Amino acid sequence: MPDMKPEKTQTPEQDPVIRATNFNEVALGYTVELAKAEAQRCLGCKHRPCVAGCPVNVAIPEFIRLISEDRFLDAYSKIMETNSLPAVCGRVCPQETQCEQLCVRGIKGEPVAIGRLERFVADFAMKAKESGVNANAIANGNACAKVKTKVAVIGSGPAGLTCAGDLAAYGYDVTVFEAFHVPGGVLVYGIPEFRLPKDIVAAEIAQLKTHGVKIKTNMVIGRTLTLDDLKSEGFEAFFIGTGAGLPSFIGIPGENLNGVYSANEFLTRVNLMKAYKYPETDTPVIIGSNTAVIGGGNVAMDAARCAKRLGAENVSIIYRRSEQEMPARAEEVHHAKEEGIIFRLLTNPVKITGNEKGWAEGLECARMELGEPDASGRRRPVPVRGSEHIVDAEVVVVAIGQSPNPLLASSEPELKTQSWGGIIVNEETMETSIEGVFAGGDAVTGAATVILAMGAGKTAALSIDRYLKEHGRG
Amino acid sequence: MYRILEKRVVGPNVTLMKIDAPYVARKAEAGQFIILRVNEGGERIPLTVADYDRENGTVTIIFQEVGKTTKMLGGLNEGESILDFTGPLGKPTHYQEGIKKAAVIGGGLGTAIAYPQVKKLRSLGVEVDAIIGFRNSSLIFLKDEIRAAGASLHIATEDGSEGLKGFVTEVLKKLIDQGAKYDIAIAIGPLVMMKAVSEMTKKLGIDTIVSMNPIMVDGTGMCGGCRVTVGGQVKFACVDGPDFDGHQVDFDEAIRRQGIYRTEEKLSTEKHECKLGGLGNA
Repeated sequence: MPDMKPEKTQTPEQDPVIRATNFNEVALGYTVELAKAEAQRCLGCKHRPCVAGCPVNVAIPEFIRLISEDRFLDAYSKIMETNSLPAVCGRVCPQETQCEQLCVRGIKGEPVAIGRLERFVADFAMKAKESGVNANAIANGNACAKVKTKVAVIGSGPAGLTCAGDLAAYGYDVTVFEAFHVPGGVLVYGIPEFRLPKDIVAAEIAQLKTHGVKIKTNMVIGRTLTLDDLKSEGFEAFFIGTGAGLPSFIGIPGENLNGVYSANEFLTRVNLMKAYKYPETDTPVIIGSNTAVIGGGNVAMDAARCAKRLGAENVSIIYRRSEQEMPARAEEVHHAKEEGIIFRLLTNPVKITGNEKGWAEGLECARMELGEPDASGRRRPVPVRGSEHIVDAEVVVVAIGQSPNPLLASSEPELKTQSWGGIIVNEETMETSIEGVFAGGDAVTGAATVILAMGAGKTAALSIDRYLKEHGRG
Repeated sequence: MYRILEKRVVGPNVTLMKIDAPYVARKAEAGQFIILRVNEGGERIPLTVADYDRENGTVTIIFQEVGKTTKMLGGLNEGESILDFTGPLGKPTHYQEGIKKAAVIGGGLGTAIAYPQVKKLRSLGVEVDAIIGFRNSSLIFLKDEIRAAGASLHIATEDGSEGLKGFVTEVLKKLIDQGAKYDIAIAIGPLVMMKAVSEMTKKLGIDTIVSMNPIMVDGTGMCGGCRVTVGGQVKFACVDGPDFDGHQVDFDEAIRRQGIYRTEEKLSTEKHECKLGGLGNA
């Protein structure tokens, strides 16, 4: 009989006061006992509503059942049948709007903690591998007979890695090209260590390599090589998963003052370049005693929580709407508040003020009130007259969004894009305006989530397989 | 890993290295840059491509040992390797059609970057006056290479130990006064020097290209750390540049932004030297 306890089994977390001073992971994950207890809450519904909410169709009730039967490695294989990055997804997927939102247990109480269980299984398998259990015996060893056809995947973020993993499983000869010196894309440059440890990302990528995926770093496609160059190197199909790497600025005075960062730069310095270990590592980042982060999404929360950990005394989120409209996950907002991040809501920045040496000093803001709904359906914030005030800030992080990086598209005139930069694809097949070239993830949709990008990578892998088979190359 | 095939000291603290990087060599053009990382934990630094050999797959970089990363790089020898080497990045220099005579101006280390411009312009049949400026004669490098490329070479030193005593702007002024008619000026070097040249050529109505080398992380348009104001518009030097119209660049802002990490750079360098000292004493 299932356990009808209405709440999710709690996951142990680092104490907020302590964790606000380190970059270690916040959520510590389930123990075997906690995972089994939570697995008992699953009703094992025959109609599997949760699976419909998962962009990569993880066999959720099945893997949970395997947990309750103590078959943790089998549970891992079950997840890996459709998801090549479970340790990542268990940590960063917005389960509350996907699988867990559709969980029957959520009608009267909290849904089953699917994300926490997925993470538990992935971490368990990783530890087993470390202790010498044969990796291939654990993972789904369903790599088919090798096809010789070469496929190029451009970008090693969640979309690219998923596409590459699936194509390798279909038997293709897959090479992933990454512009940075390490693979992982936003998983390594964007999402902070305390939410997604980089060792975990590296381990999942290592797993892909054991399936035959090759990864070439320091390759800026569009500069180092073009799609034509890759064609002449024998690649017959392509997947573009270059993400949403172009930072947006607001366009207010003072944005070029010293101490003003795009969230991309701030997070890349801290996460990819490990500025939090500076001067042990060589890349610095400016730490102000007052830091203001402009924006209300997950990226803004990440930047604010990083700034706090780096030692900033007062870290504020500056957001022009109210908490209700905030795009960040509730859990991230909750964690940020616990760590002492100040939320200045209904506050709109109008100018960054600087000192005589050109360093940021403060953020001039206006208070806002909510008016009529706008095009997005959210109530439009309107400024309150005479409400201008200054928020002290020696460091300002602009986290108002990112759009697709235009570098590759600008070097491929045949590749059609939207006016805002998104690559145009056939939504069913993910094929672009160039035959044999597919695209997915943030490069197509603009900034979204890891799991949606993974779903797109999966769809594209299927289409690429079909395309190559149609051409007698599959 | 990218092997150092050749290492040559070309001046005090200035080193030339030929790096085995066939992919970069195949695509590199004058005006573009690379980003390298010496070792694990190292920072990513941009360096302009000084030369390339497509056949042998090599890219030449010239750098001055000023901070921790360049000191570490300078400490490597032939046969050793650099961990990461990415490029070519940025847009190649674009010359207007039909230019006949150019002034290529290199200030200090900027001479390393001026050199491929001289070569490129000469290959297009453009007459080139190369003007290079250094503090004193012992610091001058690439003199023979620039001459060999077919440019007429003019030197300025601050102490007058070689060529004209003074700055490159004074040489440029002199050449113009003597009747030289330039269709274009290309200025590469310290920001103050590029600013001075641009101010002068603006008055004279000579189109001027400057090569910006701001602080950057990724070099692919992702971080925006390299933003430069050009004609009132914010540009990213790594993808929109590094070349810009010198008459439009906000040099004062660029000079200010160049100093963002001055304190940190000092700390890293001191720490590095401390460590070297420690090893030496052991």
